[in-house]
Amino acid sequence: MTDVQASTTAGSGPGASSGGASVRLENLVRTYGKVRALDGLTLSIEPGEFVAFLGPSGCGKTTALRVLAGFEHPDSGRVVVDGKDLSNVNAQKRDMGMVFQSYSLFPNMSVLDNVAFGLRMRHQNGGQRRTKASELLELVGLGDQSTKYPHQLSGGQQQRVALARALAIEPRVLLLDEPLSALDAKVRAELRDQIRSLQQRLAITTVFVTHDQEEALSMADRVCVMSSGHIEQIASPATLYARPTTAFVAQFVGISSRVPVQMDGKEVVIFGQRCPVRTSESGDVSGPIDALLRPEDVAIEVDPQGSGFITHKSFFGATTRLVVQIGEIPVRVDVRSDVGADLALGEHVRPRIIARDVLVAPRGQVEIPSEV
Amino acid sequence: MAQVAESYYFENPEVNPQLPQRRRRRRKKFRLWRLVVLVVALAYFLAPLYAGVKFALQNDLGKFSFWAFTSLPSEQGFSGAFFLSMRLAFFTAAVELILMVPTAIFVHIRVPKLRPIMDFVTILPIVVPPIVLIVGVLGSAPLWLKSSPYLLSIFYVVLAMPFVYRSLDAGLSAIDLKTLVEASRSLGGSWIRTLWSVIMPNLRAALLSATALTLALVFGEYTMANLDGWTTMPVWIAQFQQSDAHVTLAASMALLIGTWLLLSLIVAADRSQSRRSRRKAGTP
Repeated sequence: MTDVQASTTAGSGPGASSGGASVRLENLVRTYGKVRALDGLTLSIEPGEFVAFLGPSGCGKTTALRVLAGFEHPDSGRVVVDGKDLSNVNAQKRDMGMVFQSYSLFPNMSVLDNVAFGLRMRHQNGGQRRTKASELLELVGLGDQSTKYPHQLSGGQQQRVALARALAIEPRVLLLDEPLSALDAKVRAELRDQIRSLQQRLAITTVFVTHDQEEALSMADRVCVMSSGHIEQIASPATLYARPTTAFVAQFVGISSRVPVQMDGKEVVIFGQRCPVRTSESGDVSGPIDALLRPEDVAIEVDPQGSGFITHKSFFGATTRLVVQIGEIPVRVDVRSDVGADLALGEHVRPRIIARDVLVAPRGQVEIPSEV
Repeated sequence: MAQVAESYYFENPEVNPQLPQRRRRRRKKFRLWRLVVLVVALAYFLAPLYAGVKFALQNDLGKFSFWAFTSLPSEQGFSGAFFLSMRLAFFTAAVELILMVPTAIFVHIRVPKLRPIMDFVTILPIVVPPIVLIVGVLGSAPLWLKSSPYLLSIFYVVLAMPFVYRSLDAGLSAIDLKTLVEASRSLGGSWIRTLWSVIMPNLRAALLSATALTLALVFGEYTMANLDGWTTMPVWIAQFQQSDAHVTLAASMALLIGTWLLLSLIVAADRSQSRRSRRKAGTP
């Protein structure tokens, strides 16, 4: 993939927005029959910020994006962009560029005409349109493909053209609806970097919807984790991973193992070791509780008398992920791959908590991991 | 295990030398069967045409002659019937598309749940006999409408609806309509611009096929035109048959060839546009 032109600076050059817009979603409610897709969603996005909506299928993230784009109308609540209420403005007049999950290029138009379409709708003359569309195609590394038709491009190229087309209108907000999900892993990683790089250079406010936590954590300034139409937590990727405030976030973002524990004051006892409980916005928990452990929260030592034994081993390059069965509980543990290579399946180990504190949540079902 | 070994032996040409020969024989047998079906089907369709063309190319004495064809334009009532059929055909096609294109698009985008109901409703004109339709309407239509040949077009629109709707439905199902419309709208395209610049060009094949089916239907419809008292081409052919069978058969053949030429022209125009697009894109 051709690198993005280094000469393009924030706020200038092709596709530069007229400065990123601030976005405020105020108490949005949207129901479909008995299903509440958005349940009082409230969120503020700063100008030029990249926010990712992350959540499982049906959590309302796409509905939120479609309401912002103007394709859906909320039952109540407001969409405010740069202080202006757009709730009653239709999609055509919102000035928002959108890249869709499915390839959305117009099949009857060449690549150049696709990129110039938005400019044609804005009554720019032919010469201006061609010049700007060509510049944007150069920007996404497809300057030599302008005369081709969408069916002659690969999936990754089509999404890059769609990105150029969305940027051509100098949108106030760029909306990305799972644009990478139909692509293969290598192209996805390349395009992910390119989108992030362009977004930073153009300083354009961007909302990105995805169910892929790796995408969300690696691209966004802030990640908004959604569940059942409301926001579970919105924070920077690092905070979200290290300090999840709810059990849902701890379970959904990253990998967590649930281990039943007993509260003892402000501490819990895990594997015979006392650990402080992480303060949580969800407040105190009462009744039976589980500790939520990240794979890197636990260390192991080989010990024939140890309480756990290794049941699975997965190689991830620098690290190896082990599943250690401790009684009835499977616990995932990451070790350096050179250490992991010496460990055999069935080998007995002694687990030890190395995190400074742990998150606890009301006891739920202990799931056998499908992904180790 | 024995079954696997057996299958390996019989399916592997390296260990079973009889296999290629047997396959060739089977293929040969299959080809012959296909050829027989093709010949029978062609004979079924072409024999009446051949008989018709042969009869139309004979004079009263049974000799070869173009007389029936050359005299057609000057036959009484022919040109009137021909141009009336033409007017009705194009008017019907236009009304049909103006009504059905937005309807089909609306159903696909806004109420896709209605598609099964639309499928049922649009098949009704096939179930209801044309004679029932026209007798009912002729009894209640206002005089100004009854005195216009375009009353027929209203019926033809209903008659052609099943074919046109299905053609458009298939065309719309073949594209990601919702995403294309939303992409156009987010880029500032109005509904009209979206329809004209994005949807219609991608529905070209469906529109052409809907138009062709409508034209063919109108050029061949007899019952309604006859009951409404208008001399369209089929009515003229039926009436003139009593005067000169050679001429009416020549007219039928001319109509058939004319319709076929029209459809071929439409298809050729479509292909040439696709070729131009491909050439512009720099591919063969």
